[in-house]
Amino acid sequence: MGIKIENISKSFKKIEALKDITFNVNDGELFGLIGPDGAGKTTLFRILTTLLIANEGTASIVGFDVEKDFQKIRNIIGYMPGKFSLYQDLTVEENLKFFATIFGTTIEENYDLIKDIYIQIEPFKNRRAGKLSGGMKQKLALSCALIHKPKVLFLDEPTTGVDPVSRKEFWEMLKRLQQKGITILVSTPYMDEAALCDRIALIQDGRILQIDTPEEIIKHYPKTIYNVCADNMYKLIESLKKYTHNYNVYPFGEFVHYTDKRIDFNPNELLHFLEEQQLKNIQINKTQPTIEDTFMELAK
Amino acid sequence: MGLMKRFIGFIKKEFYHIFRDKRSLFILFGMPIAQIMLFGFAVTNEINNVDIAILDHSKDVTTKEIINKISASKYFSVSNYIRNEAEIETAFKKGKIKAVLVFEKDFSKKIGKENIATIQVIADATDPNTANTISNYTSAILQKYQQEINTTIKIPYQIIPKTRMVYNPELKSVFMFVPGVMTIILMLVSAMMTSISITREKELGTMEILLVSPLKPSQVIVGKVVPYIFLSIINAVIIVLLSIFVFKMPIQGSLILLGIESILFIITSLSLGILISTISASQQTAMMISLMALMLPTILLSGFIFPITSMPVVLQVISNIIPAKWFIIILKGIMLKGVGLSFVWKETLILVIMTLFFIGLSIKKYKIRLE
Repeated sequence: MGIKIENISKSFKKIEALKDITFNVNDGELFGLIGPDGAGKTTLFRILTTLLIANEGTASIVGFDVEKDFQKIRNIIGYMPGKFSLYQDLTVEENLKFFATIFGTTIEENYDLIKDIYIQIEPFKNRRAGKLSGGMKQKLALSCALIHKPKVLFLDEPTTGVDPVSRKEFWEMLKRLQQKGITILVSTPYMDEAALCDRIALIQDGRILQIDTPEEIIKHYPKTIYNVCADNMYKLIESLKKYTHNYNVYPFGEFVHYTDKRIDFNPNELLHFLEEQQLKNIQINKTQPTIEDTFMELAK
Repeated sequence: MGLMKRFIGFIKKEFYHIFRDKRSLFILFGMPIAQIMLFGFAVTNEINNVDIAILDHSKDVTTKEIINKISASKYFSVSNYIRNEAEIETAFKKGKIKAVLVFEKDFSKKIGKENIATIQVIADATDPNTANTISNYTSAILQKYQQEINTTIKIPYQIIPKTRMVYNPELKSVFMFVPGVMTIILMLVSAMMTSISITREKELGTMEILLVSPLKPSQVIVGKVVPYIFLSIINAVIIVLLSIFVFKMPIQGSLILLGIESILFIITSLSLGILISTISASQQTAMMISLMALMLPTILLSGFIFPITSMPVVLQVISNIIPAKWFIIILKGIMLKGVGLSFVWKETLILVIMTLFFIGLSIKKYKIRLE
């Protein structure tokens, strides 16, 4: 049950969007598809939501084949596309009512499922959807995708373009929906959101890099990472890149994540080097690898 | 939860779209009224109170009488008397005068002695149609005058053509425009508006959600089309009412037949609209295709403005595939000639076949997925 994906490949003319994708999503799981723009996330979503047909491979949603049983699947899934796809000229309430009606249900019938989410936008129920803020649009879109009580929920980059507070709230809502027994497949380019999923698949250039729980994925990171910071960020990066033993240098928030080629690396050596480069207020501290680090390592 | 309820929900949503978009409301209701008024009042082939000038070299009884006859007619008003040939050019260049009548010297005397006198009609042919009409009308007035003064004299042979204009005896051009404008408006509203409204869903991404719903593609299409059938019927009624009450155009034939034929043509146009929406990805493309591939041929090749019989053979053949041509024939038949279905069944059948063909093609082209 859940979602089964076996050897899915998909090409558009000469561009290979997906290459031999295989993974399963268990019943009731919150599964994250993590990868940058253009990795093939949306294409995979469209195949699973019966909007596209794969060139090779098979996939099934709760046992229904995405190609043969597409009508059945369209009754039991909820889909929130990456682009805001509601009617901008309809009000919040009219949008919700419309989607309830075409799925053959009413707002009242499934109100308890969307209550937590809808209650936050209900004060604006007479406002046109086009006039809502990003966070509210996304809550409305989620309500519309949930109104028919789907068994499986597909959310394609639901938090792109949404403020950090709304993003946090959104993930809390997903957790609550999961507790109600809904299987959720969510894609995101934000690595920090990956940690909130039960399991994640890292995807790039149409290939799955790794599938595991977020904790396991971090554990597999092969090197020790150091947070380095100094007064002049730009010069710091330049200097680190000049350092002959560097393995990896990339900015990470207010720090630079640094890894060294050597196993017996001594941070003091690096400190001396950086001081010679006229950098001031240098700090070098060990840090935990994140999913982003793992991703960068795997994507090499 | 019945199918009907889903369907009604969908139609309700369509009406929200239409009534909340000022642009589509204008195209739907502003344009038809504006067009029919424009064609009814402004665009006309008739001549009324055309300003003419007179250059009378004899100024005698006969010329006075002729001038009186001419200025008494509703077609002309004599606005200027000029004194010599040199002034003709200036009179025309001022632009107000469309024709000059020149009476030769000793007009009455010549008629009395030689039985022949000439009037020269100089018409401004920058607008050839008007120039032609002016010269025809003046000839007619002169001929009538000639007959009046000739009653006493017997002419051995005489052939008199007695013309009678049937179906539109007063030659009102609005009678010709109403069927054409009605055709264009129904085509515009039905084909362009549906194709735009379907492609808008594609463009905004809502089609993606509609596809991933239990609604079948046919239900989506029918839901899209029904509101426009309804609105187009209202438009047809408005146009017919305007032509009856504003332009005093009598509808000779059966109103019911007129209604049914109009609905048939609306459906033909809608099926074309659906077809356009299946091949265009954006509202802009849909609009361009509607305008270029539908509106232009409808205006130019349907016989609405230019008679089909005077077109080159190639265009005459092409005109056969334009649905509007057949609908205009039907409309003229019912509105002006008062014919029944027995006279227009062939045209009706052609429209039915075209409609079925377009619907079949759009079903074949319609995608149940994104590609």
